[in-house]
Amino acid sequence: MSEPRLVEVRRNVLRQNDVLARELRERFRAAGVYTVSLVSSPGSGKTAFLEKTLSRMGQRHRVAALVGDLATENDAARLRRSLAPVAQITTGTVCHLDASMVRGALEGWRLDELDFLFIENVGNLVCPSSYDLGEELRLVLLSVTEGEDKPLKYPTIFHTADVAVITKIDLAAAVEFDWDAALANIQAVRPQMPVLRVSAKTGEGMDEWQGFLEARAPVSSAPSGGAVKP
Amino acid sequence: MHELSIAISLIESAEEEAARHHATGVRAVHLRLGPLAGVEKDALLFSYELAAEGTSLQGSRLVIEDAPVAVFCPVCRERRPVRSLQSFCCATCDTPATEVVQGRELEVIALEIDS
Repeated sequence: MSEPRLVEVRRNVLRQNDVLARELRERFRAAGVYTVSLVSSPGSGKTAFLEKTLSRMGQRHRVAALVGDLATENDAARLRRSLAPVAQITTGTVCHLDASMVRGALEGWRLDELDFLFIENVGNLVCPSSYDLGEELRLVLLSVTEGEDKPLKYPTIFHTADVAVITKIDLAAAVEFDWDAALANIQAVRPQMPVLRVSAKTGEGMDEWQGFLEARAPVSSAPSGGAVKP
Repeated sequence: MHELSIAISLIESAEEEAARHHATGVRAVHLRLGPLAGVEKDALLFSYELAAEGTSLQGSRLVIEDAPVAVFCPVCRERRPVRSLQSFCCATCDTPATEVVQGRELEVIALEIDS
């Protein structure tokens, strides 16, 4: 039997996902829609935060959401209360969204009729980190009830995200949340990461969040012709 | 755990590359893996065998080469390792690091093939 030969290749294992994600990103940009994804552990308040975001931002912008979940349509039903278009991506046993799921969920959508698209990933702080979804901005959410050391336990997800959002801040005092430790931990794993603090329940921090987003999105400075404005 | 999904993508990538090199068989796949790729090495090794079953890569080995995190330190003006993932700063001067130059890799770098 002949000797095997070693051939050099250089190929990203997730190339197919990366190519799809790049195509999506180009489509989003061409359509003028600013796309934001949300990752967090289960129960960190992603859906409540997104529901509040959709109903507040929906007053000034055209917003929509895709929501990933393993099994139920509950989150989509909650988000539809905001009156924004919402599509559920049920992943079955798959613990993350990938670019092809996003593309599939957007079939038939008129992206040029949107200003902001939010993609809520499956609740998981590990698996979503490997997959680019074509989003412009990725948020990692962490609630005060989860404790201050989440960033230290899951540094990789903080590395793939652009912004950290601390949620449920209305409960911070009740759980004796250590703000200094939490902020230091975020900076320790991801120096210079912007941090926002919100409470979907009381609305605290939601104005700052909306302002942060509008400042980043191109649509805020130059609203498109058909934008829904009062 | 998403390593099985990753392993399936890995097998597909390796199969395509093997075909490009007119391989009649694949003995081993060499992968570079960085700690920021979000993939657990042991879980991937385990998943690889499962994912290879029934494919032309069944029975092949997965050889994983670590790609430790490296950053460009603006103070040292050099490529440096970091203290740790929990203390993401230059291992030499402790300046917080923001420019990652290595550590996100999840790539096939070589195949051992019969042809």
